[in-house]
Amino acid sequence: MAKKGDVVIQIEKCKGCEVCISACPHEVLAMSEEVNSKGYHYAVKVNSACTGCANCAVVCPDAVITVYREK
Amino acid sequence: MIMAENLKNPENLVYEKTKVLTDRVLHYCPGCGHGTAHRMLAEAIDDLGIQEETIGVAPVGCSVLAYYYFDVDMTEAAHGRAPAVATGIKRVMPEKYVFTYQGDGDLAAIGTAETIHACNRGENILIVFVNNGIYGMTGGQMAPTTLENMKSTTSPRGRDVKTMGAPLKITELIAQLPGTYYVARHSVHTPANARKTKRALKKALEYQKEEKGTCFIEVVSNCPSNWKMTPVESNKWMEENMFPFYPLGDIKVPQ
Amino acid sequence: MKELRLMKGNEALAEAAIRAGADAYFGYPITPQSEVIEYLMAQNTEERTGMVVLQAESEVAAINMVYGAAGCGKKAITTSSSPGISLKQEGLSYIAGAELPCVVANIVRGGPGLGTIQPSQSDYLQAVKGGGHGDYKLIVLAPATVQETVDYVKLAFDLAFKYRNPVMILSDGIIGQMMEKVELFEQIPRSDKVYDWATTGKEPGKDHVIITSLQLQPENQEKVNLRLQAKYKEVEKNEVLYESYNIDDAEYVFVAFGSCGRITQKAMELARKKGYKVGQIRPQTLYPFPVEILSKLADKVKGFLTVEMNAGQMVEDVRLAVNGKKPVEYYGRFGGMIPSPEEILDAFEQKFIGG
Repeated sequence: MAKKGDVVIQIEKCKGCEVCISACPHEVLAMSEEVNSKGYHYAVKVNSACTGCANCAVVCPDAVITVYREK
Repeated sequence: MIMAENLKNPENLVYEKTKVLTDRVLHYCPGCGHGTAHRMLAEAIDDLGIQEETIGVAPVGCSVLAYYYFDVDMTEAAHGRAPAVATGIKRVMPEKYVFTYQGDGDLAAIGTAETIHACNRGENILIVFVNNGIYGMTGGQMAPTTLENMKSTTSPRGRDVKTMGAPLKITELIAQLPGTYYVARHSVHTPANARKTKRALKKALEYQKEEKGTCFIEVVSNCPSNWKMTPVESNKWMEENMFPFYPLGDIKVPQ
Repeated sequence: MKELRLMKGNEALAEAAIRAGADAYFGYPITPQSEVIEYLMAQNTEERTGMVVLQAESEVAAINMVYGAAGCGKKAITTSSSPGISLKQEGLSYIAGAELPCVVANIVRGGPGLGTIQPSQSDYLQAVKGGGHGDYKLIVLAPATVQETVDYVKLAFDLAFKYRNPVMILSDGIIGQMMEKVELFEQIPRSDKVYDWATTGKEPGKDHVIITSLQLQPENQEKVNLRLQAKYKEVEKNEVLYESYNIDDAEYVFVAFGSCGRITQKAMELARKKGYKVGQIRPQTLYPFPVEILSKLADKVKGFLTVEMNAGQMVEDVRLAVNGKKPVEYYGRFGGMIPSPEEILDAFEQKFIGG
């Protein structure tokens, strides 16, 4: 069974480019309905399928994603 | 079963922003590859533990403010002159790691002479060349690397190679020079590509320590704003249009 | 140990750069100054002091190499002649804007364009008014002899680091090419001082160093400009150098700099022999300009004659200094031509005595 992972997204720094969404192999991320103070929709976690692969964080141009994975 | 919340503690941390990038919010447009390219280079510096021994040179163009983001000593060069500035730095501080970070207009148009001659002398520097086929900062004018028939504000009917010249494959040109040791072209738009870019940058910095000559890493990238596409569309367009003309991979590898 | 030698101006300049403890020279060949880099290469400076000497692909590249090395807190110098100095203006503007120290020598030849390889002073305004874009000043030293060339290389580095500003040695093809006896100063060891403004690698626990001339916010750019202007005021207050001859009883004052100052001195002597009470001011710093002495003299003399190897450039600064108090006339030859003392005397008589 794949290891469990989790992400923390700095929503104020997110510019809503959606590049992380297509990079996630488990469709964990989606765009928020809400916007941040800059007016961008931001990435949010929509399920618990994250394995902590960090693909989203690697392609995030603004380095807003921190990734955790169970040991 | 472990609850997700419990995972968020330091021992489970697998990825966070490298300390070689500052906390400043990048001024780049949403989805622009510059941010990822910056981070791959910063991570390479971090992995090698050379933050305090690295001096960078920023160009004129979108990445003119790169000096705010890399947490290393940085100099801002005049348009196209970064390889000459880097030469000056490296020659008086040969024990430091020196890199330039330049866009296509800076490196392949106005700075062609500085680029070619720094590479031809085999300056022990790393040149990071971000090629998105357009002048981003000034609002989407034609670059030396703009593709044939590609529209820009100064080629509104598409680049006509008869009157505007063909897109310049400067990386292939650079690879011909005996002074260059390692020349490769990568991208940062997918996790796998970004990781490859980082590996290439790391190798390049390692070669610099060994005084092997100039290492030149091109990053083919996007410009969602001036290509007038969403970031995800621009990455797809890049794959379909830029990569056939600017194929990814090693161009010159150490023998 | 001090040392007497017979040396060509350009070679003496190069030797002085080595002895001043320069860390790097970047240059590109152009007549009449190519002996500088030739001499440095022949000296094998890497062995002698560890000084880097590199022939760049262009003057543009050379000044930007200087910018890079200067940004590391190193003593960097480049030399060229007029067309090449035009190419360096971009880099000089950036260096002035980023407030870095460096030394640039211009062994001036006649222009405009490719002009002539013969000596001239036609880059005066370019040198003293900034030269490149933006509100900035170079400190400009004008040697009249090979000895002053040597001494000014050392002075130029001192001033460059004192004010973190580019310093130009405005020489010409006469001084660059002629041989004179020169006393060389002792070798100054190259410094390994680390400056807090220099890019030498981020120090742990400290902010990274950024060298830039970019300020996107106009309020910040204005602050930079105000700081630069305050610095130039200090330079004007502290660093004016000139030589005066026979000014105590002078009724007329010749003003001439560099090699032309020497010729004009002879003209002054001829004038004295004919009974005219002529004195002379030879500015040694062109920026800062010796405004005060000229203004003072304007209160007691009848007029000024500037003598220049150009179409009349320094005359503008003399007029500003004299501020309408007395007539300021100009005489000059240009295009590589050199005035003779006799023709200067003739010009003086025509303009002031009445021919």
